[in-house]
Amino acid sequence: MGLKQNLHTLKMKYKGTKMAPAFNAIHTFLYLPNETTHNGTHIKAADDLKRTMNMVIMSLVPCLLFGIFNAGYQYNVQTGDVTKALSFFSTEFWNFSNFTIGAWKVLPLVVVSYGVGLIVEFIFAVIKGHEVEEGYLVTGMLVPLIVPVDIPLWMLSIAVIFGVVIGKEVFGGTGMNILNPALTIRAFLFFAYPTWMSGDKVWVTGAVDTVGQPDAISGETILGSLAQNNGFGDWSMMDQFLGFIPGSVGETSKLLIIVGALILILSKIGSWRIILSTLAGALSMGLIFNGVVNAGWVTESSKFFGLMNVVFWQHLFIGSILFGAVYMATDPVTASQTNKGKWIYGFLIGFISIMIRVFNPAYPEGVFLAILLMNVFAPTIDHYVLEGNIKKRAKRLKLKTA
Amino acid sequence: MSKDIKIKKGLAIRLKGEADKSLSNAPRSRTFAIRPSDFHLFTPKLVKKEGEKILAGETLFYSKKNQAITFSSPVSGTLTKIERGPKRVITGLTIEADQKDTFKDYGVKSPESLSSQEIKNHLLASGCWPFVKQRPYDVIANPDTAPKAIFISGLATGALDADLDFVLQGKQKEVQTAITALSKLTDGLVHLTVAKDSASMLSEMQHVVLHKTNVLHPAGNVGTQINKIDPVNKGETVWTIAAQDLVIIGELFLTGKYNAERIVALAGSCVKAPKYYKTRIGSEVATMIYDSGLNHENVRVISGGVLSGDTISPKQHLGFYHNAVTVIPQGDDYEFFGWNKPVFNKISPSRALTFSWMQPNKEFELNTNTNGEHRAFVVTGNYEEVFPLDIYPLQILKACLVKDLDAMEALGMYEVAPEDFALTEFVCVSKQPHQQIIREGLDLMYKEIG
Repeated sequence: MGLKQNLHTLKMKYKGTKMAPAFNAIHTFLYLPNETTHNGTHIKAADDLKRTMNMVIMSLVPCLLFGIFNAGYQYNVQTGDVTKALSFFSTEFWNFSNFTIGAWKVLPLVVVSYGVGLIVEFIFAVIKGHEVEEGYLVTGMLVPLIVPVDIPLWMLSIAVIFGVVIGKEVFGGTGMNILNPALTIRAFLFFAYPTWMSGDKVWVTGAVDTVGQPDAISGETILGSLAQNNGFGDWSMMDQFLGFIPGSVGETSKLLIIVGALILILSKIGSWRIILSTLAGALSMGLIFNGVVNAGWVTESSKFFGLMNVVFWQHLFIGSILFGAVYMATDPVTASQTNKGKWIYGFLIGFISIMIRVFNPAYPEGVFLAILLMNVFAPTIDHYVLEGNIKKRAKRLKLKTA
Repeated sequence: MSKDIKIKKGLAIRLKGEADKSLSNAPRSRTFAIRPSDFHLFTPKLVKKEGEKILAGETLFYSKKNQAITFSSPVSGTLTKIERGPKRVITGLTIEADQKDTFKDYGVKSPESLSSQEIKNHLLASGCWPFVKQRPYDVIANPDTAPKAIFISGLATGALDADLDFVLQGKQKEVQTAITALSKLTDGLVHLTVAKDSASMLSEMQHVVLHKTNVLHPAGNVGTQINKIDPVNKGETVWTIAAQDLVIIGELFLTGKYNAERIVALAGSCVKAPKYYKTRIGSEVATMIYDSGLNHENVRVISGGVLSGDTISPKQHLGFYHNAVTVIPQGDDYEFFGWNKPVFNKISPSRALTFSWMQPNKEFELNTNTNGEHRAFVVTGNYEEVFPLDIYPLQILKACLVKDLDAMEALGMYEVAPEDFALTEFVCVSKQPHQQIIREGLDLMYKEIG
């Protein structure tokens, strides 16, 4: 066991020094540490934070792979190099040309996101003398999946630095933050560089560069099209479900998001309460809007008509509500921390997401705003849930003394 | 008034090395020790000097705060060593035992004919009082308060715990005498909880309200039972006493002797022949361990169970409240890619590439490795799955960490003891020391509100 011994010797040598956290981060990546329990429970369950985060990353891998192929596919479809894919396993989609174009675009996003983010994490760990925490492993994976494929890398770097420092480290690191760091990064991009984050030119690679040319590539999403009352465009329901549509890198394939959700729920890592209640919230808002349209209060001339008229369950297949519900809303640190609170928290996220989507055509995707908003209110929800428990206890006492 | 309890939230931890139901006499220990740290928040004042002779059951020291509470010697012998820590606080007393015990005689008494005060005085003088603990604060009961009820757990559900039905075999008379005595100490009820399908003689006890429960851990924890039967409110006190200590109290009344004899389970995957031993409080655990032998070199010896016991060395002694000695492998080794490879040989409440959920009847051999580093609280919702009390575990832990006394009180701090948080500590992904956090929180409350 040469490597194990050598690393142990190194660890002992640098124990207590400034660089120890940086070394330990790499060491614990290779080896589960040799720490033992003291008093208290002498045995511990097998799960640690690394394992938990690792599960989330694994559930994201299918989305990332699909995102890579889809980035190339969307480009090739428009240039006419491939024809429309008809089934999930179609070779029009899973081919080398799509992969190379996509990988060339997406992998740099992944590398920049992880590279920049982890450097910031390491710096903070060394300055503050705590261990490098695993939170960023998931954030770093999420970030490339929720940005448009053509986003310039320097923008991404700045946003990642902002997100990690302001979104997390100033509060004390993983576990202490109020806002979801990945969404903080996205929000920063959204408000700092709106032209790169919304509109009809950013969702397919090459669309920005070809603006105005005769063979211009359209970079519009279904959501954008609906917001302008133009209907679903050329995309069928099946395209949307399987994910052969333009959008942020990793959030197009609803099928694979559902697979990821199953991984998270069955491994007991993600909260099924939040996922379920978010979807319930979105559906009920959708139903309300359908009702409004049916009642004739909003007519076809209204600019809200396009999105309001979407059949309520179809809302789940448009945009990133499903991705948000499964991967973003379930972040345990920024979500409600009580089981009862999770139901309320999730429901409101779904509800507000669809509301923003319909009423705010300038920024048609409201999921990330809804989640950030509810992140802020999660402690309030918990407060009232706890208050219920406290009142029960007080009542018990009153009954006794009365 | 009897109530059936059904515990749904909990975790059965199955471990290798359960004690075989056969009883041996442990070789008599040469030295005995009393660790005052077993009596949390109590400062001892010595009665005996170093080198003095002492009888079994004679007072060794008393509590500085309440002189009525005395602590007796478990054996007759010579007080040979007094260890002191910072500020000359006594941290250990060692007694070199005589070949045979001579007992101090407290006189045969019948609890039926005694008044409440007389019983109390008898228990206090004989050194049996420290067996009675109280909630709030999980410390030795204050004899001057009137408890609203007394709770006795008649079953043990923790991993490798001593089986109370076996330990109490043939002690019916002692246990009944003790219960009769205790029932006079409260105006309220004495609650005794037993397993639903147990044929234990405990279910025939008089002067108690009998409750039945299923056996999913932590159903056997007295804290769980209190919370389900009659939770502690602010300003109220309940007393608790461990079933095996009823035998000692019963014997005191029946024979007049403080006989600190105790049947102890020697268990754990490192013990060659795990079984029960008849020994005494404070005896050296090496007497038992070397009698049955170990099959491992690098071990952790625990006085008590794996969930809430104390780390000791084999040369050290059985704790005052413990009826088990557990020996498990030490886990001070690295494991290559231990954080992401599939795990088949460890227990996990999740299914994150951990497969203990597929083997519900397997007995695991767990070691003392933490399986990960200490982190801030991140994951939520997993404590609730193993915590049956009507309390929010994560929130009360956080209240303790930030020393928010109001929140601690409102969230139910009066009802809990550290052992109630053993399971949440076991499953904690962030490897936080829950029991220590709760203990420090209780200490703070005791100091500030008391």
